Amino acid sequence: MVKFNLPQSSKIEVGKFYKDKTNSKNLKKVNVYRWDPSTKQNPRVDTFEVDMDNCGPKVLDILFKIKNELDPSLTFRRSCAHGVCGSCAMNIDGVNTLACIKSHSDINGDLNVYPLPHLKVVKDLIGDLTTLYKQYESIKPWLQTEQTGKEKEEIRQSQKDREKLDGYYECILCACCSTSCPSYWWNGDKYLGPAVLLQAYRWINDSRDGDKKERLKKVADELKLYRCHTIMNCTNSCPKGLNPAKAIGSIKKMLATS
Amino acid sequence: MEEKNNPLSPHLQIYRWQISSLLSITHRIVGVINIIAITIICFWSLSLLLGAENYLIINNFFQSFFGKFVAVGLCWTFSFHILNELRHLVWDLGYGFDLKISKITGVLALVGSFVLTVLFYLIGKNIF
Repeated sequence: MVKFNLPQSSKIEVGKFYKDKTNSKNLKKVNVYRWDPSTKQNPRVDTFEVDMDNCGPKVLDILFKIKNELDPSLTFRRSCAHGVCGSCAMNIDGVNTLACIKSHSDINGDLNVYPLPHLKVVKDLIGDLTTLYKQYESIKPWLQTEQTGKEKEEIRQSQKDREKLDGYYECILCACCSTSCPSYWWNGDKYLGPAVLLQAYRWINDSRDGDKKERLKKVADELKLYRCHTIMNCTNSCPKGLNPAKAIGSIKKMLATS
Repeated sequence: MEEKNNPLSPHLQIYRWQISSLLSITHRIVGVINIIAITIICFWSLSLLLGAENYLIINNFFQSFFGKFVAVGLCWTFSFHILNELRHLVWDLGYGFDLKISKITGVLALVGSFVLTVLFYLIGKNIF
């Protein structure tokens, strides 16, 4: 069911204010979503005054600075810090992106940092992506071949066929796109969402895969696929510059023409 | 999750509107308005069967300022829905997904809808 408002226990309250102690003249106010599971309080937004003269160029650097110098309890996922692993996906300045590749100098005024939208919050900036991973598993993201295992030759792929996967294999499953999609917000339990559908298309489109028909049949569902209304929030948010909307459009076209 | 009272992270409240998402929701709202409008227009034509006086009631409504506002408004809702639906048809053919192109076509649909509205208004006024 479509619920535009947040439930009562998710309403955001005004949190603590961390005043700058360095007497820096180059300050940025950073508003960060906080929720601590050990207390029974509502989530809140804490405001940190951060000294930008001694801070790295990315939003992730700000979060580290806050964690190291202002509040060590701030919790967020991160790993590679180079836009490859997809751990630090979060909502920055109203749009989902990776904190490690987003420059804070692009953002005028206060910086707002929230977890990925419409997820159960585990703590602070960490959302629960269990449903998405289950959906990813449901499309069988591995090669299904007709080989018996006794063949002595590998399955070859021509350069041309390999190029068909460009723009799709680069996906790092950071979930920025899926959690930016209003359709996925309202029907996230049934609709597969842009990230998983892009992956589905990547396997459907792989010349080495022997299960194309079955894959298409499985995804051809009113709720799983056709809840995409080409809102294009997914393509707008993808930090890797991929185009999930186009992938979904291609699946729809394949189904209409096959 | 074991804990059921984990909060839901904010969504509509914080997500920044994009041209594409704004046009998408407008398309839906305008679609509903159009369905209602078409139904009313059908009944309006049907009321001719009951005699000219019944037809006059709604005719008089359209003479009022509010009526004219509604009429021009409907010109816009129809224009916008038709133009934006063209975008959807092209998407269904597999074209126009590129971020830049979709933004340009979106703006074109929006601007075009206002141009069409003015045209409809002028034609209605027998300017041409």
